[in-house]
Amino acid sequence: MARIDLQDLGHRYPGGGDSWALRPMTMTWNDGGAYALLGPSGCGKTTLLNIISGLIAPTRGKVSFDGRDVTALPPEARNIAQVFQFPVVYDTMTVFDNLAFPLRNRGWDQARLRQRVEEVAEILELQADLGRRARSLSADQKQKISLGRGLVRPDVAAVLFDEPLTVIDPHLKWLLRRKLKQIHQQLKLSLLYVTHDQTEALTFADHVVVMSQGEIVQIGTPEQLFETPAHRFVGHFIGSPGMNFLACEWSAGAATIAGVRVETSSSQSPPAGAALSIGVRPEYLELASTAGPNTIPARIAAVRDQGIQKMVQLEVGSTLAWAKLRNATAALPSDTTFARLPPARCALYADERRVP
Amino acid sequence: MSATKPVNQRAWWFVLPVLVSVAFSALVPLMTIVNYSVQDILGPDQAVFVGMEWYKEILRDPDLHGALYRQLIFTAAVLAIEIPLGITLALAIPERGWRASLTLVLLAMPLLIPWNVVGTIWQIFARGDIGLLGYVLTQLGVDYNYSQHPTDAWVTVLVMDVWHWTPLVALLSYAALRAIPEPFYQAARIDGASRWAVFRYIELPKMRGVLTIALLLRLMDSFMIYTEPFVLTGGGPGTATTFLSQYLTQKAVGQFDLGPAAAFSLVYFLIILLLCFVLYNFMKDPQ
Repeated sequence: MARIDLQDLGHRYPGGGDSWALRPMTMTWNDGGAYALLGPSGCGKTTLLNIISGLIAPTRGKVSFDGRDVTALPPEARNIAQVFQFPVVYDTMTVFDNLAFPLRNRGWDQARLRQRVEEVAEILELQADLGRRARSLSADQKQKISLGRGLVRPDVAAVLFDEPLTVIDPHLKWLLRRKLKQIHQQLKLSLLYVTHDQTEALTFADHVVVMSQGEIVQIGTPEQLFETPAHRFVGHFIGSPGMNFLACEWSAGAATIAGVRVETSSSQSPPAGAALSIGVRPEYLELASTAGPNTIPARIAAVRDQGIQKMVQLEVGSTLAWAKLRNATAALPSDTTFARLPPARCALYADERRVP
Repeated sequence: MSATKPVNQRAWWFVLPVLVSVAFSALVPLMTIVNYSVQDILGPDQAVFVGMEWYKEILRDPDLHGALYRQLIFTAAVLAIEIPLGITLALAIPERGWRASLTLVLLAMPLLIPWNVVGTIWQIFARGDIGLLGYVLTQLGVDYNYSQHPTDAWVTVLVMDVWHWTPLVALLSYAALRAIPEPFYQAARIDGASRWAVFRYIELPKMRGVLTIALLLRLMDSFMIYTEPFVLTGGGPGTATTFLSQYLTQKAVGQFDLGPAAAFSLVYFLIILLLCFVLYNFMKDPQ
């Protein structure tokens, strides 16, 4: 178990020209934390994971575990366990031999090894399968074996998961995810979990790291990501549907949309010349029938009744915005109406970033 | 559930084309051979039923024992050399890029050459007076002459076969190796596996299916080898490189002993079938 520090870490793939697969970044993963790395395919999250485990040598920067520089160390010398998207098991070996493999490679004696493998098998509930051939098991059990090969090493600093539930049946995903959480609490391991599935990330992790185009755009708790996205990408990516962004102008020290002054939670002024917009979650956008403060003209374009809630698509100027209305039983006004942006629930975004 | 299935025997018509082609390509010739093997063919219209006579004769034939013995040793040597060598070559082929393409093309060259041309190439290549190999060996002081020394002839045929067919094993193994997903290697690195362990526990098991095919192909092909030694040595010197198929041809076409030749080819067929069966069961997935 260890704290992992990334210092000015960046990576370019050969043949990738000047573009960074991972833009230089500095950050710390605290000991014992459960982190999710969330982002779309190709955003650099797997690259970051492989640099931490040592499968890729970074173009620049430093990786250290508990202050010890490990950048030059190969994966086997790093005390890292990694679980891949597709279960990796050694087909010809039994489950026991699979779990024992990393220890045998490190020269453990038979008695100690057997005891350790049995401990780990118990944690993973694999005791009954120890004598079976690994290839005859189902995908979720194979994934447990891959995890187990990481956990058997008592010195393991962190377990890295690279979309480990992709090939698991939906009803087993939930069980396996709960198992991971349980193992995390039991063993106090640092976990880094790469995924492009926001539900997976938000339920699994204490801290979610959102990445986009090789860059970490926000680190926060699920609540922070939902309530105060630091970047328009986070607003879009988290939530379903994502955050609404309404273009606005800056005049006389306040944001205006269609000439209406809109108060937001942002207290600072945006930098001059930036493209401005106001972000508000569909959950917080309100419909109104009369003009008032923070209320702008809008037209209902479409309504989808989803039973428990109504999704209302509004035309605000030339942009479309969603409003999610819970328990809305009353009939909606059919034509022109107004949309109200609660000041505390909306924020000003300059270019891509939230204005504090 | 006792629902009666509809019965429609007309479906057999769909199978008919296959039955006809199999009948003419395999069953009819096979039955003809069986027929020959129990008769003494004296002339176009004269044949006498002799029962197991020819079988008894060939099983006591010392020449046949010699050919079978040579054949078994030869095939065993072919497999023992070509399979490991092919795997080794496959492991050494670059993974991608122009080097990989170039290597693959060069490697595949021997496979594109007709068998009798392979024999001719080696016949000239190994000649002591003008052949590159034979001349160099002779100049180096090696007493090498494949047309006179039985051992030289046997080794030359073996080397020729290795040259001709190892690329097939290498290409098949290469294809199997490329199909192994990268995370297997990454996981092995994290587990601290040695290069040998990666080969033993990842690469070899993943190549198993392909190697079974390669092994069976080489077993059957080498057991039927005819053209190359026929062109290179003509089965000589003496009978040093007379393998089963050549012995059979001599009997059937050369001496026109149709009965014994037929009996022998059936025995030959059963030997191949048995070897394939044993190997296949040994190699197939232990599921």
